[in-house]
Amino acid sequence: MKKRKERIDRGIKARSEDVFALSSFREMLYLLAPRALPVLGLLVFAPLLGAYWREILMSTAIYALLAMSWDMLVSVGLISLGQSLFYGIGSYVAGSLNHYLSWPPILTIPAATVLGGLICTLFLLPVVRLRGIYFAMVTLVLPLMLLRLVEATRILGGTEGLTGLDPFPGQLTAWYVLQAAVLVTLFGFRRLMGSDYGLIIKGIDDSDRSVMSAGINIHWYKAQVLFLGASVGSFAGACGTHLDMFAGMPGFALDYSIMPIAAAVVGGAGTFAGPLLGAFILVPLSEILRALGALRIVFYGVFLVIFVVVLPEGIFHYCRRKYHQIERWVEVE
Amino acid sequence: MSSETPLLQVKDLSKSFGGVMAVASVSFDLKRGELLGIIGPNGSGKTTLVNLITGFVKSDTGRILYEGRDITGWPPYKVVDLGIARTFQMVRPFYQLPAFKNLIVPLCSPRVKKLAGGRYGDRDAVALDLLEEVGFERDAFVSYKLAGALPQGYLKRLELAKSMALRPDLFILDELFSGLSLAEVAGIVPIIEKMRIQGKTIIMIEHRLKELFRIADRVMVLNYGVKIAEGQAQEVMEDEAVKKAYLGSEG
Repeated sequence: MKKRKERIDRGIKARSEDVFALSSFREMLYLLAPRALPVLGLLVFAPLLGAYWREILMSTAIYALLAMSWDMLVSVGLISLGQSLFYGIGSYVAGSLNHYLSWPPILTIPAATVLGGLICTLFLLPVVRLRGIYFAMVTLVLPLMLLRLVEATRILGGTEGLTGLDPFPGQLTAWYVLQAAVLVTLFGFRRLMGSDYGLIIKGIDDSDRSVMSAGINIHWYKAQVLFLGASVGSFAGACGTHLDMFAGMPGFALDYSIMPIAAAVVGGAGTFAGPLLGAFILVPLSEILRALGALRIVFYGVFLVIFVVVLPEGIFHYCRRKYHQIERWVEVE
Repeated sequence: MSSETPLLQVKDLSKSFGGVMAVASVSFDLKRGELLGIIGPNGSGKTTLVNLITGFVKSDTGRILYEGRDITGWPPYKVVDLGIARTFQMVRPFYQLPAFKNLIVPLCSPRVKKLAGGRYGDRDAVALDLLEEVGFERDAFVSYKLAGALPQGYLKRLELAKSMALRPDLFILDELFSGLSLAEVAGIVPIIEKMRIQGKTIIMIEHRLKELFRIADRVMVLNYGVKIAEGQAQEVMEDEAVKKAYLGSEG
């Protein structure tokens, strides 16, 4: 007698998909809890941590933003191996505006978000019609090229970079700016993908010719998504720059490309919440392992492999399934 | 514009793929309200011709005029914007979406927005109406099922509904009947007849000659990318060149 796992939606899930959810406190809580959890966690409880952990969670937030930006590009079928392009451009734009024009962070960060997004979109626009590995290759190469360009021409401070930039007005300000940005990106992107606009985006990934035959200019939509993703990445870069009070070549480092992808894979791509969760697991984990010294990377690698082998779908997909569905074994002939 | 101008004029259109002539200087006119059938053996360039007209493939030489306007080399979204909609021979639904959500994408197109003048109302409701028009039973759950779970007959209807959602003047239906049972074809034919009553112009690429000849005004035959015959269905099938193409030189 063979057995097969059967998954059934919980009654409460089916009911709370409708307007009737509003008639029951329990069902409202069922809907609200998963959404309120990250908000409470980031805005209320986390500030109670010490300065050291707050510092780490700030760089976690930066990686989380890059990871959600990566996820946005994936949702339209663009696989990016170069999130560091967004980070680096955002970092240099904010750094230059602060260094050369003495703009305060309150202006440089929004400016870097928009300008950085535009610059990255223009860089990638010629290759936006490429898909999969071809687009990925270009994104991988671009930050490396820019890195060498800065090194060779000594523009923007050359190898020394731009130092002595203005910091945030205070650590707590920086903390709330970053966490608010994470939450706005998370819920904003999720809402966007749930709208009719999101249907078009997913449609382009699914079957681009079908969307083309529906009278829609897919390159224009891809450019929009590229701009959204690049802006979020550039925002992360601008914040990172003011946190470090430094803009330089490390902004194009491979870390900023690899970590977001690892976070998305561990957390579960395509959900925005997954990459966020992944970043909040991987970055602190990497800090905790620092105590192990040289063996850190080995243990880190082992953890990554365990995550990917045990939960190939990603943590978020797994948790969501457990939350919404009952599983039971049924017999099959 | 005089009513004498054909809706679509194709002049000397050619396309070769690496030395193979897929379409070789094909010309034809299409009057408003006409139903033109395009037939021919496998690999005779029918689908390439559709791809050329709808802008999915760029032609090497030749011109395409729609309502007297040169649309050669226009990208697909602009061609659709003018009022030319196509279906695909291999159905291309969004498999992870419910059937009716598949229609949201065409309903979001600039053409539909323009025609609706900004006021569109509930896209979901429009989508459900369209699906009912192509034979998705209103009272059943078919419209809400994932496209990936639908049988071929429904997917073909969905494909048709996607093109209807664009409210085009010219439909290009690429092998709509292939892979369908006689009963399923019989279910779709009235939809096409209704489109004709509404004054739509239709090009149908078909292998199912019997069903096509019953509704087509005119038939055009392609073989190795070359137009070998054109005219009424019966006289075309009497043509020696056509017989040869379909049955081989011995036939």
